[in-house]
Amino acid sequence: MTASAAQPLLSVRDLRIVFDGRHGPLTALDGVSFDIAPGEILGMVGESGAGKSLTGTAVIGLLEPPGRIAGGEIHLAGQRIDNLPAEQMRRLRGRRIGAIFQDPLTSLHPLLKVGDQLVETILTHLPVSRAEARKRALDLLKEVGIPAAETRIDHFPHQFSGGMRQRVVIALALCAEPSLIIADEPTTALDVSIQAQITTLLKRLCREHGTAIMLVTHDMGVIAETADRVAVMYAGRIVEIGPVEEVTRRPSHPYTAGLMASIPSVHVRHEHLNQIDGAMPRLNAIPPGCAFNPRCGRAEAFCRENKPGLPLSGHAAACHFPLKEAAHA
Amino acid sequence: MRDNVTTLTQDQAMPQPVMIETAPGDDIILDVAAACCRFDVSAPALSRLFSHEPRRILRAVENVSFTVKRGTTFSIVGESGCGKSTLARMVVGLQRPTEGKLSFRDIRRADGTIGPPRVQMIFQDPYASLNPRWRVGDIIAEPIRELKLRSDEAAVQQRVGDLLETVGLSRTDASRYPHAFSGGQRQRISIARALATEADFLVCDEPTSALDVSVQAQILNLMVRLQKEFGLTYLFISHNLSVVRHMSDDLAIMYLGRFVEAGPAEQVFTQPQHPYTRLLLDTIPDVERPNRARRPMSGEVPSPINPPAGCTFNPRCAQAADRCRVERPELRQLGDVRVSCHFA
Ligand SMILES: Nc1ncnc2c1ncn2[C@@H]1O[C@H](COP(=O)(O)OP(=O)(O)OP(=O)(O)O)[C@@H](O)[C@H]1O
Ligand SMILES: Nc1ncnc2c1ncn2[C@@H]1O[C@H](COP(=O)(O)OP(=O)(O)OP(=O)(O)O)[C@@H](O)[C@H]1O
Ligand code: SF4
Ligand code: SF4
Ligand SMILES: [Mg+2]
Ligand SMILES: [Mg+2]
Repeated sequence: MTASAAQPLLSVRDLRIVFDGRHGPLTALDGVSFDIAPGEILGMVGESGAGKSLTGTAVIGLLEPPGRIAGGEIHLAGQRIDNLPAEQMRRLRGRRIGAIFQDPLTSLHPLLKVGDQLVETILTHLPVSRAEARKRALDLLKEVGIPAAETRIDHFPHQFSGGMRQRVVIALALCAEPSLIIADEPTTALDVSIQAQITTLLKRLCREHGTAIMLVTHDMGVIAETADRVAVMYAGRIVEIGPVEEVTRRPSHPYTAGLMASIPSVHVRHEHLNQIDGAMPRLNAIPPGCAFNPRCGRAEAFCRENKPGLPLSGHAAACHFPLKEAAHA
Repeated sequence: MRDNVTTLTQDQAMPQPVMIETAPGDDIILDVAAACCRFDVSAPALSRLFSHEPRRILRAVENVSFTVKRGTTFSIVGESGCGKSTLARMVVGLQRPTEGKLSFRDIRRADGTIGPPRVQMIFQDPYASLNPRWRVGDIIAEPIRELKLRSDEAAVQQRVGDLLETVGLSRTDASRYPHAFSGGQRQRISIARALATEADFLVCDEPTSALDVSVQAQILNLMVRLQKEFGLTYLFISHNLSVVRHMSDDLAIMYLGRFVEAGPAEQVFTQPQHPYTRLLLDTIPDVERPNRARRPMSGEVPSPINPPAGCTFNPRCAQAADRCRVERPELRQLGDVRVSCHFA
């Protein structure tokens, strides 16, 4: 599946997020634009701290002060949602947008049994009886691979392992059958087998229910096997976006190329892993021009003065001297 | 590529190099003998009385034995919920073993003193392990002050700044609170805190799971360098098998609380003996050869509350025979590796 001419389910345009600090505002997201079509999985990768979670947080309307949306628009199925009143946004969340947070503890109440948390969420959003809700909760726990779900449903979060808690959070996000899922690192704590179970489940939701998914993960293998398109973020911007095979096989932006080269291989053992030298700039020290220029082997004087734009096309990179001319769709 | 995990010279990053007396790998630092950990997960006694429900015991870790040599990395891999974190918590003393014994051997330090190794853990969940009300600088400084590793406050602050840069953050981050950091940045704060203790033995539970591959490479390269220079020993837990392959000297595959295969890491990777190990290696998602039609391992994931009889892997094993359903295979020594399968 690719982004077709059909109306995107989620459309983000020129999103800007700033944090108001003591020393003035810090720009954390700077002009982020992308679409996700119904039934499509958009992968999001990029440097730690680049703004992936912030993007997801803004879409579900949970950005907290001192952070705020300083520009741009977010549309869900054609309806603008970034300026909705809090109450309306709260109803949208859970029902139409399901969120799997990077931090499982933000979604789970430590003193409530996991089953009760699922049942309450289901009852809030779906017109079903308590017994039906419990049945659905049990089915979901089985679907995300919790063994002995009948017993486990009455346990507390601390009695679960890290990966099991993560799967409960996934079940919570899916329980009201949302049309958009923001999945922030949903499989980091999971072994490869359970991971395959979760990605198979996500793909099935896309195929059968036309669910759109924004999948944030550092695992390039998961991206390669699950996503349709992938967006690469660096220092608050999308630096490359395109179909997953093209971006992973023929990266066009130097940062993406460095990222791909850092993946340790499972087939051979290396003495030393490749890494991109240096560190991503802090928000208060983002260099002018291309933000990647201090770490880029291809940087020229031009890059230090001119901020590269990101064309809206099939496979695009925000770079003045891309590694390969991005194939335009 | 040049290795500049840090812009510092290494003696700034780590104080007084510890000279290892013996070559790394010669002496045993940790000895785990038949460790078990069971949890009582029964319903409250009163309600059990009425419903006649039996007691339920969850066997998180069953009869696990291994030794770790100083200056090496011992990795543990296995399905989510198989008992890795519980084993790690027993090693650092956060969880008491129900049975069995875990003991650290004394080591000789650079200054000639002999004593038990200093042990520190990097937790799986970087959110839960950082106190939200403390500034990052104080979180990292605490063990330095507590253990009196620096003589005056200026030296403590210097060390905190160096550690932040070592993990790819900036000195000025010391004055901020954990909530202002992204997931991967928080994970690096807990790594910096663990390094601050100048521990001899680090238990790393998924230390790089929230990091992008480039920052992950920086941290792993740093860990390998510290091991070479200071003889650090790691107990390493990760679901990322590429990372495990890169880091490990020895490797144990765990399934439902038990070791099913253990031995030199390269050998386990290149000649896996146990059917579960083989399945695990087959399931790794691969960027170079993506398999978009990948199916999860078939069969119900078994529960440690009610483990299958015989070989606990039998419901999912393609080679399972009648014998496997009644008789539990022992962990047998086969050359350099230990395997528990009737047909290995
Ligand atoms: N309350 C805050 N005040 C100041 N800066 C903040 C605050 N919250 C987040 N940030 C900054 O915003 C940036 C983006 O954070 P975000 O959590 O989106 O990163 P990410 O791409 O999800 O990274 P990771 O892969 O590590 O999870 C980070 O540099 C972080 O330091
Ligand atoms: N305090 C507890 N009370 C009851 N059961 C527990 C407790 N802690 C852990 N368990 C159970 O012990 C088993 C092993 O948990 P553990 O956290 O060691 O798994 P793990 O291998 O680290 O998994 P993951 O990869 O998901 O982190 C799980 O079934 C878990 O539910
Ligand atoms: S614009 Fe210049 S500095 Fe930026 S990535 Fe491209 S070549 Fe490198
Ligand atoms: S003992 Fe039998 S069931 Fe267990 S792993 Fe070996 S062949 Fe499979
Ligand atoms: Mg994040
Ligand atoms: Mg764990």
